Amino acid sequence: MGSIDAIEISLDNLLQEVSGKHRQGYRFVTMTCTDVGDGYDILYHFDKDYELFNLRLYLKKGEELPSISSIFFAALLAENEIKDLFGIPVKDLAIDYGGRFLLTEDAPAAPMGKGCSKSIDIRLQGAPEEEGK
Amino acid sequence: MPGSKSIIPFGPQHPVFPEPLQLRLVMEDEKVVEALPAIGYVHRGIEKLAEKKEYTQNIFLVERICGICSFMHALAYCQGIEELMAVTVPDRARYLRVIWSELHRLHSHLLWLGLLADSFGFESLFMQSWRSREAIMDIMEATAGGRVIISTCIIGGTRRDISDELLAGVLKTVDDLERELEIIRPVVFDDYSVKQRLVGVGRITQEQAHDLGAVGPVARACGIAMDFRTTGYSAYKEIKVSPVTETGGDAYARALVRVREMYQSIDIVRQAVRDIPAGDIAAPAKGNPEGEVISRVEQPRGEVVYYIKGDGTKHLERLRVRTPTFANMAPLLAMLPGCELANVPVIVLSIDPCISCTER
Amino acid sequence: MVNLLKSVIGNVFSKPGTRRYPVEKRIPFAGSRGHVEMDPSTCVFCGICARKCPANALTVSRDPKSWTLEPYRCIVCGHCADTCPKKSITMNPNHGLPGGV
Repeated sequence: MGSIDAIEISLDNLLQEVSGKHRQGYRFVTMTCTDVGDGYDILYHFDKDYELFNLRLYLKKGEELPSISSIFFAALLAENEIKDLFGIPVKDLAIDYGGRFLLTEDAPAAPMGKGCSKSIDIRLQGAPEEEGK
Repeated sequence: MPGSKSIIPFGPQHPVFPEPLQLRLVMEDEKVVEALPAIGYVHRGIEKLAEKKEYTQNIFLVERICGICSFMHALAYCQGIEELMAVTVPDRARYLRVIWSELHRLHSHLLWLGLLADSFGFESLFMQSWRSREAIMDIMEATAGGRVIISTCIIGGTRRDISDELLAGVLKTVDDLERELEIIRPVVFDDYSVKQRLVGVGRITQEQAHDLGAVGPVARACGIAMDFRTTGYSAYKEIKVSPVTETGGDAYARALVRVREMYQSIDIVRQAVRDIPAGDIAAPAKGNPEGEVISRVEQPRGEVVYYIKGDGTKHLERLRVRTPTFANMAPLLAMLPGCELANVPVIVLSIDPCISCTER
Repeated sequence: MVNLLKSVIGNVFSKPGTRRYPVEKRIPFAGSRGHVEMDPSTCVFCGICARKCPANALTVSRDPKSWTLEPYRCIVCGHCADTCPKKSITMNPNHGLPGGV
């Protein structure tokens, strides 16, 4: 049974906590998002001297996530990816790809979320591609 | 009089890039003013597929994220699952994993050296370094069964053992490679034309590198002594590694760091082959993974972060991979403004981009 | 450029580093994972290999008895050979011919 240390924060003190980590000299590692049914479990990972420091945020479906790319410029890549793959609206991005960072126009919306169950089955021997739900 | 601005789409198909990456360069005459990356050409949805397959089948999926650092992806995944299931890996397996990891690091740096030389037109160095790389591919096929994707890491240890005669073969390969590196080293370090193309190109400061989250040789070439192998995962507890650093912060410094790391890897392989203990190669793993864990490994390009969340069934709830090139894209955007158009391929290749890792 | 000159001249006068295929064929290494082979006499059609295959390349049925491998799906990982209880699947070191012959 494994677990990681993470400090719970809310949308109100997100930017404040992240600025604090920036002032203390932490390096931004990545952001992780998991779809847990009626919301998203978002984790921010920071590193200093090989020790990880994690912040956990629970975001309800439909809520907007403020971007931390004004504090950590490198975060914009992870936030654009979360916007594409989960469909979470993110505001104040330094560079906003508008949902086209990784996905094309004909890709299913929010493919990593639990609601998307489209599957593509490819058959050999010249049979046409079938798309099944 | 201000110069004329134009936007040049660099890529995604470009003869100098090994993988599709588009950079929209805003140019003023011949100088780059701004660069905007566009990726997504090889997105395969691996994180979603990992939720559909069983956690034992995921090893084969995860090592195909990238062909160059493939064993280390499997290693990071197996280490994470082993921590969740409280499995202790036997000593011999830890040393075997280090031998294969360092062989991967050697062939990755040789591949990178060839591509960098090709980017400024030095075909002979390209051919020479890829020829030296063939010997490593052969020893990987002899010990593990495949040239590129070796599929030997499993949960609890390794799938195959290396016999004593094959260990002697590993030593011979590494000795031959050191002789060939002695021919290549003065070309990279001292050659006048190579230095003209690399010194001062793509420079970033140490503060910029730390702020933008640079990892791997990009950070080490700016003076940040960060190498995840010093934390002592796998057999690095017994084999001491110290980070190779330079202070230039430009493409030349990154080349020096990688060539010196090749010599360091050769020493690590020799030490591992000398000290490898006898014993089992795999421990049994019972049950299913439950809980969440973060596992990190030092790949040739930097630090890779795996977040694994299991819920007690055979299928994982979430697998998240943050590859080093994903972290090095932000420093790349800081290196490009101010350079000339002819230096753009050199700068992009000096961070060692692996776009298939970035997009998974 | 002068540094590599010695090596370049040496390469011109030494014998070629490539093999003259198809006149000389390459002998594969002993442990190489070339392609999957199955021995029908020992197989009991239990279907464990089909369940464990990461690429869903195997189809096994008990009634009627059949074992099919789709060669274009196979990633030559050898997991089926490891998990077969009767050890009827082996990895032949020679590289598989096109079309799964």
